[in-house]
Amino acid sequence: MSVLVFIECADGKVKKSSFEAACYGQQVAASLGTEIVAIAIGEVATEELKSLGKYGAAKVLVDEEPRLKDYVSQAYTKVVAAAAEKENASVIILSNTNIGSGIGARLAARLQACYAANVVALPEISGDTLKVKKSVFSGKAFAEENLSASTKIIAIKKNSIEVKETGSGEAAIETFTTALTDADLNGVPQETVRATGDVLLTEADIVVSGGRGMRGPENWHLIEDLAKALGAATACSKPVADVGWRPHHEHVGQTGITISPNLYIAVGISGAIQHLAGVNSSKVIVVINKDPEAPFFKAADYGIVGDIFEVVPKLIEEAKALAK
Amino acid sequence: MKILVCISNVPDTTTKISFTPDNKELNTAGVQFVINPYDEYALTRAIELKESQGGTVTVLNVGLADTEANIRKALAIGADDAIRVNAKPTDAFFVAQQIAQYAKEGGYDLILMGKESVDYNGFQVHGMVAELLGWPAIVPAIKLDVTGTTATLEREIEGGKEIMQVNLPLVASAQQPMSEPRIPNMRGIMTARTKPLNVVEPISSDVKTKTEAYTLPEKKSGVKLIDPANAGELITLLRNEAKVI
Repeated sequence: MSVLVFIECADGKVKKSSFEAACYGQQVAASLGTEIVAIAIGEVATEELKSLGKYGAAKVLVDEEPRLKDYVSQAYTKVVAAAAEKENASVIILSNTNIGSGIGARLAARLQACYAANVVALPEISGDTLKVKKSVFSGKAFAEENLSASTKIIAIKKNSIEVKETGSGEAAIETFTTALTDADLNGVPQETVRATGDVLLTEADIVVSGGRGMRGPENWHLIEDLAKALGAATACSKPVADVGWRPHHEHVGQTGITISPNLYIAVGISGAIQHLAGVNSSKVIVVINKDPEAPFFKAADYGIVGDIFEVVPKLIEEAKALAK
Repeated sequence: MKILVCISNVPDTTTKISFTPDNKELNTAGVQFVINPYDEYALTRAIELKESQGGTVTVLNVGLADTEANIRKALAIGADDAIRVNAKPTDAFFVAQQIAQYAKEGGYDLILMGKESVDYNGFQVHGMVAELLGWPAIVPAIKLDVTGTTATLEREIEGGKEIMQVNLPLVASAQQPMSEPRIPNMRGIMTARTKPLNVVEPISSDVKTKTEAYTLPEKKSGVKLIDPANAGELITLLRNEAKVI
């Protein structure tokens, strides 16, 4: 029996969300009295993978098949399923990302497993049953679920667990191969287009977001400058994406991207319930709006009622001073 | 081209969520149910593909009779016919099995649905359906075109997008900006009444997961307001008090 953690990589590096998954796996494994094994696919720096030992992984299986350089759901699922079988995994941990949950769903059907997505806390364990808490109704509520099948799959929501080193050892690296057919590889990406911006929205710890109160795209430099000073990603509300001031992949909210950063700064966003649904699991919410009646203030931890064109430059100045 | 679009019946996005006194079910009193917004993107794109290339669009919903108003809406928007699998959608795997079973018999080229439902946010029915059928799944897709037996898709990835060509059949899940949802017109509403809506009984399936209880997030303790004249103080508080920067 083991706990298997799927490690997502980008540009040869392990993603932060996968370190979270490893920490989650380590704590589940400790409670179950077993060990964690990680599986990584594609080309990743060996040092990065060895460092997973600090988070409890005794061993990392690596499948470096060149055709798996980019994510293909069928093929990746096949590899993770084979790893789960080899390691006799009773629990499989993934990140609740596009890739992680894409694999999680397929694995659940393939392995006849219990699958819980969007999980926000460590499970309560009694015997063979894991009780998990997951975010539902677009962050407006939580559901508690008992997972009791012999294989349990858990996809954890970003920022739900603290990343901390629990050991100093290096993980052993073991090459892993899985036979793939052409059918498994139907859907290999031919071209990748990277969006501009220094910090990925979905991976960001801090997000600075603008709404209609910004008045127009020509004022967006205020959002970008504040984000840059804080090392943050930028985002926007739905109306802003709908009128084309910003691209759709920056739209956070119920029908856009759901995020859970440590800090969410909303500038000129009134806070419609649909917007809130996409951001309300942020640890700290700051709202800057000239309208004291804006509903967003009810969900905020800190707020400034004032003219954003006066307030935001002061914040940029202060954040820059702090960075020095 | 035969397209199957799966739609889910969800609380309107402005709904304030509450639960029954035993915390085991959603309190549906006064809640208006709508077609899941992501499924509407899938439905609209399916209808656009049918209009440009010919074929049929079938809508499938797993639900009890109270979902028929939204199924009729999908027909009014332009789907040709509809199937309602007469069952309460107990969990994702149950729903996926019903869809896969129906799709196996239907000879579809394409199965489309939203990337997730805005109620249970599982992001999983498409993946399960694809696995049960042995088909590729492209999720979340932001663009979809079909030429002959090949689909060209754009898939959103963290920090960008990927472009790919995939041989049909396939499952794709929709996300903006795949399409601009349409509002049914009077002619559509009238013709929807005469379009077939077939009710079928579910196949038996294991229930893999069951929600034991629902809870609401803890209420925030209240906002701390900072004088706009001293806006810079916010940065100090975020650093020293909240410890998030």
